[in-house]
Amino acid sequence: MSTDVADAGRIDEQALVAKANRQDLRFAIVGFVVLLTAMITLLALVFDFMVDGVPRISTDFLLNYPSRRPDQAGILSAWVGTCLVMLTTAALAVPIGVAAGIYLEEYAPKNWLTDIIEINVTNLAGVPSIIYGLLALGLFVQTLRLGQTILVAGMTLALLILPIIIVATREALRSIPLEIREAAYGLGADKWQVVSSYLLPSARPGILTGTIVGMSRAIGETAPIITIGALTFIAFLPPPPIQPEFPFVNVDWLNSPFTVMPIQMFNWISRPQAGFHVAAAATGVILLLMTLLMNGLAIYIRYRIRGGRK
Amino acid sequence: MTVAERIKMDAMTQIPVTDATAGAAASRTVIDPPVRARVADLSFYYGEKQALYSVNFPVHDRKVTAMIGPSGCGKSTLLRAFNRMHDLYPGNRYEGEVILYPENINIVSPQVDPMLVRLKIGMVFQKPNPFPKPIYDNVAAGLWVRGIRRKGVVDERVEQALTQAALWDEVKDRLRTSAYGLSGGQQQRLCIARALAPDPEMLLLDEPTSALDPIATARIEQLVTELAPKVTIVIVTHNMQQAARISNYTAFMHLGQMAEFDRTEVIFTSPKERRTQDYITGRFG
Repeated sequence: MSTDVADAGRIDEQALVAKANRQDLRFAIVGFVVLLTAMITLLALVFDFMVDGVPRISTDFLLNYPSRRPDQAGILSAWVGTCLVMLTTAALAVPIGVAAGIYLEEYAPKNWLTDIIEINVTNLAGVPSIIYGLLALGLFVQTLRLGQTILVAGMTLALLILPIIIVATREALRSIPLEIREAAYGLGADKWQVVSSYLLPSARPGILTGTIVGMSRAIGETAPIITIGALTFIAFLPPPPIQPEFPFVNVDWLNSPFTVMPIQMFNWISRPQAGFHVAAAATGVILLLMTLLMNGLAIYIRYRIRGGRK
Repeated sequence: MTVAERIKMDAMTQIPVTDATAGAAASRTVIDPPVRARVADLSFYYGEKQALYSVNFPVHDRKVTAMIGPSGCGKSTLLRAFNRMHDLYPGNRYEGEVILYPENINIVSPQVDPMLVRLKIGMVFQKPNPFPKPIYDNVAAGLWVRGIRRKGVVDERVEQALTQAALWDEVKDRLRTSAYGLSGGQQQRLCIARALAPDPEMLLLDEPTSALDPIATARIEQLVTELAPKVTIVIVTHNMQQAARISNYTAFMHLGQMAEFDRTEVIFTSPKERRTQDYITGRFG
């Protein structure tokens, strides 16, 4: 019998390998082109406003208040405002977000209520930021009468990035190997000891990444800040957070009116004079640098944490 | 098993008994040490799925009790019940009792906090699982969770535990370096030291050598033999030769049941059950 049957069952291995290689090459080319398109578009954008903006950056630009004359206008109040708002946002969002994440992942009973909370938290991360602005306007500004202050801006942006931090914390905790958990509980540790001594240290890089992603989003947000009514022309600085007299720290700045970099940019772009457009580009460059700096810091800290335990 | 029967059994294990059932050595008199823990009618469920069926056996004080049996027979499940590891995952349920003496508490009772059980009974896992922390911190961890923080005391106990685990000489110069820098065998001995440092009443070993090479395995086996006079040990093993080498008592598990429990030499020379014999002679498993 059956050379025929044997032939029918024989596989042309050479052809299979050649086909697989052709497929791989095709996909690699498509992928590379797509990547290149995305990168070139982005780089062109950055390059374009670098060309416009970088020559405009000077010490004066950083130390001047906004002005009616484009060549004298500066971003002092904007970058100070951004820094203070970010500080407030981080101080509120990080502890609350991490605590909520730990609770949901480690403490909360697994039932329909926590399931609903979980789904909602994940969805909240995708809610348009202007909705948060409206909420803040209604709740913080009008009902609680907190005013259009740095505190309110920090609270609003903290709400905006809370879901990101909560989700990141949960993911980070969940990715810790079961063995570590079992080892810690097996020693007789209580839940808090397990969480604080063994889970949180391992989860720190993930939590940090989530925090930076959230903060990078918050630093560029314009819509909710405009909604709560931040001013666009601020020619003064908030009271300094540090003072020479006791108790050396001062929280009056929380109640100060403010502006932030994206708003300053938005405001300048909508002016007719070309000089303001250049100033807006320069502001954009600084904002980009601040974001990069924040990411760099996160990578450095993460590297330090990892380095410490290898 | 009724309470009366159990008391009778406990009493029996503490007086000389004529080991008539062993068959081969009908006239030999054996003195078993006191019972440290007694598993009584223990059943266990992973959710709906029953994994242990009414298991009964004693764990004798400062002896090595080995649990053997084919994969999926429930031996690890049984061991993990001893320090309530199953409580970490929802839906698991125990029925019956594991009485720990001399406290006389049922350690699988829902009224007993798992943490209390784990403070008394230490565990070493199948895969070495040191914390991503320095060697010293790993061994001290059990002391720290018990609130023992005095530097002198902790230093001493850490050295003692590492010495007991036959690891001190290899790591004494690098206690501050990460435990992840150790080899697999060293990591497992570190995990044993970590479990020993708080001076547990009982030590559970869940296939501690299954991830190790033969040399590291031999070291762990030697270690278990050395520890036996000091601490009650229950060890799960895949390896029948290992059980024969290091244990005083052997429990043969099959399909979630305790097929046979006896002194190790009896199990390996004259088992009563057909399936025990089939397993130890390699006919299945």
